[in-house]
Amino acid sequence: MQKYFRQIIFPLIAVFSAFIIGGIFILLIGDNPIEAYGLLLGSALSWPDGIGYTLFYATPLIFTGLAVSVAFRCGLLNIGAEGQLYVAAFATAWVCILFGGVVVDVFGKPVNYSIMSLPAILLIPLAILTAIVSGALWGAIPGYLKAKFGSHEVINTIMLNFIAIALVSYFTQYHYKVPGDPLLQTAPIGTAARLPHLGSFIPGLPQRIPVNIAFILALVACLLVYIFLWRTKWGYEIRATGANPSAAEYGGISVRKQIVLAMAVSGGLAGMVAINEVMGYRYRYYDGFSANYGFTGIAVALLGRNHPVGVLLSALLFAVLIRGGIFVDAFTDHVSKDLVEVLMAVVILFVAAEAIFPALFSKFGLLKRSKI
Amino acid sequence: MRDLFTWALLFSTIRLATPLLLAALGGLFSERSGVINIALEGLMLAGAFTAAAVTYFVGNPWVGLLAGVAAGVLLASVHAVASIRFKADQVVSGTAINILMLGAPAFVSGALFASTGSTPQIPKENLVPWTPIVLAFVVLVPLTWYVLYRTPFGLRLRAVGENPEAADAAGINVKRLRYTAVLISGALAALGGAYLSIGQSSLFTRNMTSGRGFIALAALIFGKWRPVQTMLACLLFGFTEAVAIQLQGVKMPSGDEIPNQFIQIIPYLLTIIVLAGFIGHSRAPRALGIPYEKEK
Amino acid sequence: MIELRNITKRFGDVLANDHVNIKVRPGTIHAIVGENGAGKSTAMRIAYGFYTADSGEILVDGEAREIRNPHDAIALGIGMVHQHFMLVEPMTVAENIVLGAETGDAFSLNLNQAAQEIRALSSEFKLSVDPNVAVEKLSVGQQQRVELLKALYRRARLLILDEPTAVLTPQEVEEFFAILRGMREQEKTIVIITHKLSEVLAISDDVTVMRDGKVVGEVKTKETNAAALARLMVGRDVLLRIEKPEASVGETVLSVRDLTVTADDGARRVDNVSFTARAGEIVGIAGVEGNGQTELVEALAGLVAPSRVSGGIEFQGRDIAGASARQRKEMGIAHIPEDRHRRGLLLDFDLAENSILGVHYRKPAVTNAIMLDNVAIRRRAQQIIKDFDVRPPNPDLPARALSGGNQQKLIIGREFDLNPKLLLVAQPTRGVDIGAIEFIHSKLVALRDAGCAVLLVSAELEEVTALADRLLIIHEGRIVGEVDPKQATTEEIGLLMTGGGK
Repeated sequence: MQKYFRQIIFPLIAVFSAFIIGGIFILLIGDNPIEAYGLLLGSALSWPDGIGYTLFYATPLIFTGLAVSVAFRCGLLNIGAEGQLYVAAFATAWVCILFGGVVVDVFGKPVNYSIMSLPAILLIPLAILTAIVSGALWGAIPGYLKAKFGSHEVINTIMLNFIAIALVSYFTQYHYKVPGDPLLQTAPIGTAARLPHLGSFIPGLPQRIPVNIAFILALVACLLVYIFLWRTKWGYEIRATGANPSAAEYGGISVRKQIVLAMAVSGGLAGMVAINEVMGYRYRYYDGFSANYGFTGIAVALLGRNHPVGVLLSALLFAVLIRGGIFVDAFTDHVSKDLVEVLMAVVILFVAAEAIFPALFSKFGLLKRSKI
Repeated sequence: MRDLFTWALLFSTIRLATPLLLAALGGLFSERSGVINIALEGLMLAGAFTAAAVTYFVGNPWVGLLAGVAAGVLLASVHAVASIRFKADQVVSGTAINILMLGAPAFVSGALFASTGSTPQIPKENLVPWTPIVLAFVVLVPLTWYVLYRTPFGLRLRAVGENPEAADAAGINVKRLRYTAVLISGALAALGGAYLSIGQSSLFTRNMTSGRGFIALAALIFGKWRPVQTMLACLLFGFTEAVAIQLQGVKMPSGDEIPNQFIQIIPYLLTIIVLAGFIGHSRAPRALGIPYEKEK
Repeated sequence: MIELRNITKRFGDVLANDHVNIKVRPGTIHAIVGENGAGKSTAMRIAYGFYTADSGEILVDGEAREIRNPHDAIALGIGMVHQHFMLVEPMTVAENIVLGAETGDAFSLNLNQAAQEIRALSSEFKLSVDPNVAVEKLSVGQQQRVELLKALYRRARLLILDEPTAVLTPQEVEEFFAILRGMREQEKTIVIITHKLSEVLAISDDVTVMRDGKVVGEVKTKETNAAALARLMVGRDVLLRIEKPEASVGETVLSVRDLTVTADDGARRVDNVSFTARAGEIVGIAGVEGNGQTELVEALAGLVAPSRVSGGIEFQGRDIAGASARQRKEMGIAHIPEDRHRRGLLLDFDLAENSILGVHYRKPAVTNAIMLDNVAIRRRAQQIIKDFDVRPPNPDLPARALSGGNQQKLIIGREFDLNPKLLLVAQPTRGVDIGAIEFIHSKLVALRDAGCAVLLVSAELEEVTALADRLLIIHEGRIVGEVDPKQATTEEIGLLMTGGGK
């Protein structure tokens, strides 16, 4: 019971507290928090637009939340999901263009951007594989640096984020932009690589809502991550390394290998964001497409206790905030959608500093401190 | 190429290095005491926004600067309480503050100025002049060095960052010292941010630091957590930024532009190389990132 | 000088101090003895303000005082030298000594003046050390002097020393005691925490004996003897005579030739060591802690980077010097590590998960090459729990929830389950309660009788002499002698342990 108390109640209190603090902010700038929150939840949970978009926004967060969780289970903090997903998105777009039979009209002349045109049945798996492998490779770099030189993964992942974003932006700007396109983006990907929207399968869900097959993949990823971490020997080795590297070494586990492996798996999961964004939504690589998915993934993982079920739930919660935030922005006098970032930050702070709750409870006599 | 390296470039280097240096010195205090501060970015944004908003209303940049510093201290105290009092993971707490500062300025700005993108323009005569530059290079670097190596506070600060248990056993209040250090880092980083908005620029724009807090952190690591080396690292990184600006639109003999991105990534690449131990060894304070807890 | 009255301190479920009363007379050397975990250090850490007591009071010079932190203690003239030195390694001796007790104003740190004062103190108390050297460059003995100087610099009148001799050789111990006697003459009061009775008798004026968090005896040293103190310490007559049949020795299992282990700083932790261990015998290794035992065992277990190990290790006639820890385990080398929290357990994992550490990748832990077989894992865990009397017998509990003795029994069960040909075992009964000690000893003997070669390292001379069939003595990384544990006297072994042999 005690175990579940911490695991479930604390995150709930953290979310609740964040809403209260957010409410105070809303009051201070002269709006009604109850109305704002009502608007937020109502718009995010309406059918079909609200729910459809909420699931769409949840998809990348599930991937990045899982990414951060896997690294965390190995005792590593992956701040680099952002860079990993940028690299993966570009690589995926590149593969989908190269093998997708893309012909673009440049100043009135058709230009072929591809070397061949693969059918969907080959192109889609190839593209998904590209997303995973490229993210994994970029993620493995800080893992390797830590294993080999002992340099801290937090700093290296931060640095690699900037490097990834700059490199990808360079390739887009100088090599893969369609001449004359005012936007910093690549040519469109081949139509065979496009993932169908869920609207094609679910009656009542309009096609225009971009939630797509990637959401199903995200659910599958949750299940696979759970099996990987708790039901396979590899997961055992990763978790043992995270729990006590000295003991893992004693148990014949190569700590260095686990660090590289965990970062690669983490990067691969982050890379899967590309499936949603490139293959399911924009159909091209678009510079600066990520709305801080990588960083939000830290919040998702933390709130979800680095467990796939928790990650799924907290990704859905954050997606509700993002979706609802847009409406709050539009329909209140003062509140902007930036409220969402404030709420997220407060949630992270509370979850990270959860020791504050027993302290608060005992202060107000709600609970004996020793009970928790 | 020759005319690139001019006095203008030198001055531009120093100007661009100033916010980095202020934030890096702030980071130095925090990290030397054992508290990781990846919140420098957020602290700079807090300083930048508050300074710009207050200067706009009051019309006096010095009041704005002070308000910016105060905002930095206030925000740093959140990081301090979370990571020192409640033993939150320092990286996570810092990340939360960075995320907060992506949203909060826009949130407040939207309410105050009906624009989430930026604050209104501040008239030129109400901007801070060169003072922060002098303050950073001429006053703060020697002062930080002196404080760190020649005062009891500095001795204690270094001890707490290396071995807090030993410091505690020597009768030092570890937590109070760490609080002080983190608050100082908030003040300095916010000062750097404030100079950005009401010195180098004349308004606050969303996420205007665009990674400078992280470059400052990189400079701190590159400078091996020592004041003078950190200053040199900031100058180096300021120089790369200055060159990147100068080269914008400049064509190479082949007729192509020199891609800006390659110059931008230099500080980040250097940091990775230094951390891996290829250029001397950069050792972090031993207790960095570990909350102090005596009863186990 | 100082008096603890009714001090009670609880850590979670453990009652570390239970109404402890200790009275220390000024100008005396007061020993506090007890086994590991008896609560000696806790009581003294409370006196120094490192912990705060749950209840009870502390009197200094007859007055009740509140000591909330070390700062308060220092102000009252109390100094403490911890078992693990509290020194900031990259900083100089002078910086370490003045740290927290800086003279002058906030803007100056007059280290030169401090260095002079330190030199004066050094000569007064015969504690020579260079104030301008970085602490990390000093030997352990010198670091201890820095700790003493630190307390003296703060004008401590009462010095609490926690296991000060653990890291010293007997010769250094003599020197050290001379220093303490000198301090007593200068009217310093000294509290020395130890579990070595010979030292108590050699140096102290008064003795307080603790057991299980309680004070169980308070006597004048002159009026007692080792046997009486030992009886108080363990609560019954000491009987470390292990009943074991004559060893029936088989062929050589382990053969070590010229083994050398180098530390990162290039120091030779194990220096040209050669020995053998045969099936059916327990080879004991005795020595003062920190003389290379840890490195020796870890090198044999495959836990030291190959670049730091040289020499030959042969197991059952095969060269295994290049084999990984996992390969060695597969060949039949089991290892019970000296530090179970650091090496032996995943404290947050449950007992079932801990029971497969090291064999998690093969049957029965996995069904095929990849998937864990949770049913088989639990069944095996339950068997180990039953066979080795691990309490509480619940495979779902995290290892953290168990007492030291039960944690150790789990590890032993796990390693025995490998059916080892060679068992490397270090400090098997450290921090383990008496009942479990006997159980563990009998299991080790049973394993020997089953034909396993056992290499036993222990800092407890009594334990290693009682269990071993052959006893090697290690000093500064070298094997300096081999004795027959049945014949050799403690003096003889002690002399070898300290490098005093031929």
